Amino acid sequence: MKNGPDHRTKNVLVEFLFRLGDDRLILGHRLSEWCGHAPILEEDIALANIALDLLGQASALLRLAGEIEGKNRAEDDLAYFREATQFTNLQLVEQPNGDFAFTIARLFFFSAFNNLLSERLQKSSIEALAGIAAKGFKESSYHLRHSKEWMLRLGNGTEESHQRMQIAVNELWRFTGEMLAFDEVEEKLQQQNVIPDLNPIAPKWNEIVAAVLTEATIIIPSHQKDGGQAGNHAVSGSRNGFHSEHLGHLLAEMQILARSYPDAKW
Amino acid sequence: MEALDEIILLERFESRINAGEKIEPKDWMPERYRKQLIRMISQHAHSEVVGMLPEGNWITRAPSLRRKISLLAKVQDEAGHGMYLYSAAETLDVDRRELIEQLLSGQAKYSHIFNYPTLNWADIGVIGWFVDGAAIVNQTMLAKCSYGPYSRANLRICKEENFHKRQGYEIVATMAAGTTEQREMVQDAVNRWWWPSLMMFGPSDNESPNSAELLRWKVKLHSNDELRQRFVDLTVPQSQAVNITLPDPELRYDKKTQHWNFGKINWEEFWNVVKGNGPCNRERLAARQKADDDGAWVREAAVAYTMKRRMNR
Amino acid sequence: MDEWIDDLRFSIIQQSNHPIFQYFNNLFPQNKSMATKDTFGEGEVWEVFIQKETGAPHEHAGSIHAADPEIALQNARDVFARRGEVVSIWVVPANSITASSPDDSGPFFDPANDKIYRHPQFYHIPKSVKGM
Ligand SMILES: [Fe+2]
Ligand SMILES: [Fe+2]
Repeated sequence: MKNGPDHRTKNVLVEFLFRLGDDRLILGHRLSEWCGHAPILEEDIALANIALDLLGQASALLRLAGEIEGKNRAEDDLAYFREATQFTNLQLVEQPNGDFAFTIARLFFFSAFNNLLSERLQKSSIEALAGIAAKGFKESSYHLRHSKEWMLRLGNGTEESHQRMQIAVNELWRFTGEMLAFDEVEEKLQQQNVIPDLNPIAPKWNEIVAAVLTEATIIIPSHQKDGGQAGNHAVSGSRNGFHSEHLGHLLAEMQILARSYPDAKW
Repeated sequence: MEALDEIILLERFESRINAGEKIEPKDWMPERYRKQLIRMISQHAHSEVVGMLPEGNWITRAPSLRRKISLLAKVQDEAGHGMYLYSAAETLDVDRRELIEQLLSGQAKYSHIFNYPTLNWADIGVIGWFVDGAAIVNQTMLAKCSYGPYSRANLRICKEENFHKRQGYEIVATMAAGTTEQREMVQDAVNRWWWPSLMMFGPSDNESPNSAELLRWKVKLHSNDELRQRFVDLTVPQSQAVNITLPDPELRYDKKTQHWNFGKINWEEFWNVVKGNGPCNRERLAARQKADDDGAWVREAAVAYTMKRRMNR
Repeated sequence: MDEWIDDLRFSIIQQSNHPIFQYFNNLFPQNKSMATKDTFGEGEVWEVFIQKETGAPHEHAGSIHAADPEIALQNARDVFARRGEVVSIWVVPANSITASSPDDSGPFFDPANDKIYRHPQFYHIPKSVKGM
């Protein structure tokens, strides 16, 4: 690669791209499970559109990761031939879909994050990453809009929908902490001016989420008595390959064909 | 007097159809025409929606990201087709809810082909090639039908279908040129899907009671047998190009007629599946019922939200 | 659920000046019995008009179901603009559209046909003049 990152940057950058790619791949996969089973035909199409955006971003990010890594691994090798512990996606995105409220709340939380992150990554010094982020920014703006509108409808709709949404938000809250926490990977990239400062994302995310939850008449878990932990401690570690048990099953399904016939072209 | 009016209206209606004009929703039409259209269009719509299930079965297991993305986009398109068609049906004074209830209660039919299982990845290729291929033959005709909204829906559908067939054929061609196991998978899928695909056009016209009327009113422009023949003529060379054998020892090219002759179709199997006894009838309806049940509170919430906002205004 | 809404609707129909009357009629345009299991059905029907490039007219693309305008707009975007080439979308509640009836076609549209002076070809211009 011309103008590629220097050696120092390379490993952290690959690590960072895996995180980005894996989040989008796994959430795209989860959303694709809805296709054919959504509450209304229009929503089958909407969720599939969002899944397609995410899977498209994932392919591009993993391809770039493979190129920079230089070990001759294409995006499919990365998606289909890594173990669960080698995936660094957030636990948030690997959780089973639950009901429509759960799916929407998760999409909303992730889209708000994705939107803020993509907005900043457009300024990356790595041109290819900036390009992917520019596309991701546009796409995630729509994901955010769509999920926000459903947050409002479910939160304010019927008693049942309100309850389901409150439960979903409570359940999901413990997965959001690690999403907003950046570690030495992002720090190093920032020091090397590969990406801008990501620290403003957390407060902005909280602001967006608080505003929408309030409008949706959903109690913000951190304002609840137990701090939203609902008896569970916040999860952590997925950026280093620590996951819930769900990821293994997801990958078993996703990878079965590719792994059963490793020499085959499809 | 009224009966006389009816005769005059019918005459005018038929002469418009003969002149190749489209009938639009507010135009006068015989009750039979309206009924037949609702039946056909809703069956078509249900087929698109139920048809999402067998292919959707492989989205999570697609063997590469490219395949995963194209399959998801393809199945998503089928949801869109369902919507275009329900909308076309709704111009005839039925609503979508009513039609969906008919599907779920088993009162309405959908294409029997979607009651067969997808057992390996090659099925996805073969469905795109055969099932979408057959659908294209049918829908290309329907795009020229006499009812404006149905014709326009099919026109839009046809534009999207081409990519469906190509993604299917690409899978077939890639696998047919692949490992021994892949070749076996494709051949197995072809063996299972070939005959049911030929049945998609419906029984011979002599045995389908509605055909004459539908042809006269240009709801259909070709007979079931003509369409089936066209599909066979298109598909045989495509199978030869990828060295795949179609499971019909009687398949022979007739130089005189310039058509491929094919063997006898097992209509008993067809009727059996139509009557609900196919391999996956129960599973398909159960899946649609579950989606509908699980989604009821969501649809209800959306309406409640609107209602609240309007009341607050 | 079915019953209360049937009752409610019935009582509203009795006093058709009630504001909710219009709303329910929108929801169940054919005034049909709501004996179906799912009272709330699929929401309203919205007609969708798309503009393929700036300056071009908005053209009817089809219709979708949604309970409110914002979701209607998003659904329309997902259904009719997912292959690109759309720059603007309108959604209109289907029952807000008043259409001419086929019986009108004579008196409604004919008068324009004989006004040939509205067509540029009506006017004779010397052949040598360009750009007219
Ligand atoms: Fe289709
Ligand atoms: Fe198709």
